Amino acid sequence: MTRTFRLPVLLFGRHREVAGTPVVEVELAVGGTVSDLRAALALHEDLGAHLEKAAVAVNRRYESDEAHLTEGDEVAVIPPVAGG
Amino acid sequence: MKGHSARTDGPTGVVVAQVTEEELSGSELLGRLGGAADGAVVVFEGRVRDHNEGRIVVCLHYDTYREMAEDVLRQIASEAIERTGVTAIGALHRVGSLAPPAVSLVVAAAAGHRRPAFEACSYVIEELKRRLPLWKREEYADGTSRWLEGHTPAAGGRQGSRQRPEDAE
Repeated sequence: MTRTFRLPVLLFGRHREVAGTPVVEVELAVGGTVSDLRAALALHEDLGAHLEKAAVAVNRRYESDEAHLTEGDEVAVIPPVAGG
Repeated sequence: MKGHSARTDGPTGVVVAQVTEEELSGSELLGRLGGAADGAVVVFEGRVRDHNEGRIVVCLHYDTYREMAEDVLRQIASEAIERTGVTAIGALHRVGSLAPPAVSLVVAAAAGHRRPAFEACSYVIEELKRRLPLWKREEYADGTSRWLEGHTPAAGGRQGSRQRPEDAE
């Protein structure tokens, strides 16, 4: 059986609004990547349709889909940014 | 390699980078930057506009991932110092609910001469629009609101800027 871990994922902006919560929890297989995280979040009934243009930050850095995730990482989904 | 300490080494120069709910003022920031050798100081104030795409804007609500945003702002300011050789950069972004014409952003640079100071300010503004984890929702006079479309940040920040500082020239 595949070992898994649970990862809290921070939400912001419109994501926080559509999900109705600042954080969602995702279950990933040990050795999982940002790509796996995206696949898991795509199944979320409220968030799923809003993730296409999102970036993912791991420990406060933008990471590519190939980056690995481990228990204790600070993970955030970043909607298109609009500062200024 | 988390947190602020990872961002302050590298180029020499003063960096002030903050995301805050407090009121911003360009002249206040300028007062904190530069010395007698800095013959040029440039300051940019970004203000909340009272209209967008033909609609009347009554309020802008800014949301942020504050811990990361301050890291990113500091990183961008450090890159600007590397690239332009200015002696000091300040970049402050306000968050919360702001009514026109509140100041939402202040960027300032101090340098020996005007050109690097202008360039540094411009670099910081362009990059923060691409990378700063910050969002705004416009509220209109008719009671509706919407999140503004922005930029999707690239993985690793600005390509090569941190990994290959020799490219700064």
